[in-house]
Amino acid sequence: MISFLLIIVASLFFTGVIIRTKSFTSGRKGPGIFQPMKDVIRLFKKGAVYSKTTSFIFQIAPSIYFASIIMAILVIPFGQYKGIISFEGDFVFFAYILGTGKFFSIISALDTGSSFEGMGASREALFSMFAEPAFFILMGSFALLTGHTSFQEIFASLHFGSSISYVLGVLATTVLVMITLIENSRMPFDDPNTHLELTMVHEVMILDNSGFDLGMILYATNLKFAMYGALIANLFMGSAPLYFTIPIFLALQFIFAITIGFLESFTARFRMNHNAQYILALSSVSLLIFLGVLLVLGQFN
Amino acid sequence: MTMITAFILIILSAIVLIPFVSVLWKGMITMAAVTSIAILSSITSLQTLAGENFEYLFQGSLITGPIPVRIDALSGWFILIINFTFITGALYGLQYMKPYKSQKDNLSLHCISYFVLHASLIAICSLQNTLAFLIAWEMMAISSFMLVIFEHYKGETLNAGINYLVQSHICIMFLTLGFIWVALTKNSYDFRAITQFSTSNSLLTGVALFLCFFLGFAIKAGFVPFHTWLPYAHPAAPSHVSGVMSGVIIKIGIYGILRMLLLIKSDYLVIGYIILSVSTVSGIYGVMLAILQHNLKRLLAYHSIENIGIIGIGIGVGCIGIGKGNHLLAVLGFAGALLHTLNHSLFKSLLFYAAGNIYQSIHTLDIEKTGGLGKRMPHTSILFLIAALAICGLPPFNGFVSEFLIYNGLFKGLQGGDKTLLSSIIGGVFGLSLIGGLALLCFTKAFGAIFLGTPRHHFEHPPREAGFWKLLPMYAVVILLMAIGLFPKVFIGALSKPLGLFMQDMPDTIQSTLVPVSASLSMIGIYSMAFILLTGLILLLRKKIIGARINTRNVTWGCGYIAPTAKMQYTASSFVRAYRKLAEPLFSIHKNKKEITKVFPTGGGQETHPYDKAEEWFIDYPLHLIKAFLNRFIFLQNGNLQFYILYGIVFITLVLAIPFVFEYLKSLINFLNKL
Repeated sequence: MISFLLIIVASLFFTGVIIRTKSFTSGRKGPGIFQPMKDVIRLFKKGAVYSKTTSFIFQIAPSIYFASIIMAILVIPFGQYKGIISFEGDFVFFAYILGTGKFFSIISALDTGSSFEGMGASREALFSMFAEPAFFILMGSFALLTGHTSFQEIFASLHFGSSISYVLGVLATTVLVMITLIENSRMPFDDPNTHLELTMVHEVMILDNSGFDLGMILYATNLKFAMYGALIANLFMGSAPLYFTIPIFLALQFIFAITIGFLESFTARFRMNHNAQYILALSSVSLLIFLGVLLVLGQFN
Repeated sequence: MTMITAFILIILSAIVLIPFVSVLWKGMITMAAVTSIAILSSITSLQTLAGENFEYLFQGSLITGPIPVRIDALSGWFILIINFTFITGALYGLQYMKPYKSQKDNLSLHCISYFVLHASLIAICSLQNTLAFLIAWEMMAISSFMLVIFEHYKGETLNAGINYLVQSHICIMFLTLGFIWVALTKNSYDFRAITQFSTSNSLLTGVALFLCFFLGFAIKAGFVPFHTWLPYAHPAAPSHVSGVMSGVIIKIGIYGILRMLLLIKSDYLVIGYIILSVSTVSGIYGVMLAILQHNLKRLLAYHSIENIGIIGIGIGVGCIGIGKGNHLLAVLGFAGALLHTLNHSLFKSLLFYAAGNIYQSIHTLDIEKTGGLGKRMPHTSILFLIAALAICGLPPFNGFVSEFLIYNGLFKGLQGGDKTLLSSIIGGVFGLSLIGGLALLCFTKAFGAIFLGTPRHHFEHPPREAGFWKLLPMYAVVILLMAIGLFPKVFIGALSKPLGLFMQDMPDTIQSTLVPVSASLSMIGIYSMAFILLTGLILLLRKKIIGARINTRNVTWGCGYIAPTAKMQYTASSFVRAYRKLAEPLFSIHKNKKEITKVFPTGGGQETHPYDKAEEWFIDYPLHLIKAFLNRFIFLQNGNLQFYILYGIVFITLVLAIPFVFEYLKSLINFLNKL
């Protein structure tokens, strides 16, 4: 429950902080950190234009996408406190329920029969498909390290003892940050601010969405950011008491948002056709974590 | 006994009746025969799932020895799956075959083959005498061949059928080889002799015997690299037959593997590693090829290979569990495999029936020519969507439940163990997650290209939705499919007896290991339901909020371009282009490209024909070599009748002379020894 509330809180300012950081580094004043939320609320109040080509899929897909992200957030624990949904193997449910949402967002893009939106849909499907093994191998390594198979148990019993485990922590954070950037279609995989449809990934998929649906999709992006931020924060919270972990959580979300802001300010987008290879290479970082865990467990002695 | 007599009588009377009645009654009799066989066998099977095994011993003949009919929980589970798919297949087939009404004799043969196939599959699951088993297997091979070549006047169909027939018989050859090996040493045709054989011989012999059977059954099941018949046979067959083939016939290979695992007591760990690695490769390879296909049924056929891979990963995990003495691992692996067998038979038959609807409405299965069918065929599109979500293993549908079991098994396997075990399991995790992602890419492509957007091709007859009777069996499948997704606990409960067979050494542990498993599963059911409710709630809220607003409809945004045509849509090929570029080195993709030149281009285009590299290496190349070798003897086939008679005489003389020569040589050697 507590994680759910905190993720909602973090989602309110997350994108705002990113935008603020980016404007800061480029020497502008920039909008307030709640501006993205204000935009969402404005969209919620608007009417919509639907394409004549679309069918019922286009109407229901944004809602299903939003629901899938809410369900996924419910799985996230808060240190030693369970998420609302918690059972053995809940991270499989987490990944697959997000998959359901993705399926619908992809087919809703195809529903418009556009010459651009299929392009984004194709890229989104390809990139997230390659990111999947990295996530599962990472969770598998943690399951091996801790002997547990649910988010809460894994994070509660994750201790950083030896020097190797610090390396593991760094690598795991890297993998999770990269997965976040892929799943949210941010730099260096995708540039949300690009003005050319040919180079967009996520933005081009939602070209035809408007009004309430667009608002939901945009807010879902904020939620997704905060959700992955929470996942990363969980790596470091362990079983410390609440008055300690809540500030840590919020601070980490802030740092995470600022990091993404800096990353987007100072890196260029990858070449689109090299993205897939790069993402698949993430699996090898995950494999490195797996080998590290084997090392910690003394399998090589 | 009365049960078996009734079973045989029904089949015989139906065979006699069908050729003499009108077309309508042919269908009705087939339906009646299939239903009554299904009811008879289901009663026994349900009893076995409750723990009451069925056994009857036929006297048999001098050659066969006694023929035992044993139906245990494993057979029961498979018989139930077979029955359900055959009933929905028959219902769907009744409507699907209507356009072929004029081909009376052809239909008689088709109907007879259909229920003979059904009966022979049940026989395979229950007969436990080697010879009887092989006869039933042969009946299955031939009757399914007959079903595949229904449209035999098309050259392509006949080729596919013959390819299937040949490969079925290679499969029978391996099985016969294995059975002969056992029968030679044990002098008994009873399946129990296999157990005796494996316990009295070394572990390695047991593994070798298992591999011999595995090769045979793997051809039937479609493991890579024995899968090459599938992508030809499935598209060639009528849709209800493809549904049944993909749904249950290839599963009989899985049944065979599981039965042999029960019979052969051997080194389960080695067997587990072998099955796990073969299955991971099959799964990834199958779906990687599926993405590239343009023909819908071919695409689905490659997906069958992928799903067989997933089932195999489950079996592999289960075997490793038995080998390691880890009960939880064994239960999770086998439960996942058995449940996925059921699940795949549901969503795959549904997908094939949907493909049948599409084919009969637009007379093509080329997904580059489809598009926008969702508005014309709303029922088919929803059914296809549900099946597509289920096959991708996404919640809240049934595919997720079985994949979750296998995932859970893999992650449990990570707790403790040695390097080899851990690495192979992480390989399985990698495979399964990659398969999931690739399946998503494939089915978004298929669904998007067929049902969404605007039509890419002009059809003389506008596409029409299938009739009520065609949709009825499909909705029946959906109900069961949803039930498994939302109430998985019930089905895992039904699996306790079949699972118990694999854990015979410790019968009391099965219930205690199932408890935590079914606890997680009931959670999945609850949260899947919660997901549906949440979605419904958001949709309701959305409707409440935007209902009163002014919503307009306009053309799709085209960057300001105002005259878009259907050809400007993203096509299926372009949707997977980025993937194709990546996967190109692994497959042989033949490209035909016509570049656009000059100021006023006359015509450009590009064609891609994906071809299977495994087929190139394992089928085409050896065939080429064999042909080259046999061509050296072509002088024998000179067309002279006199020569052919001479060959006959030479052959008969040789056959008669060889024993004499043998005897003579023997006495000669004896004589020499005496010296």
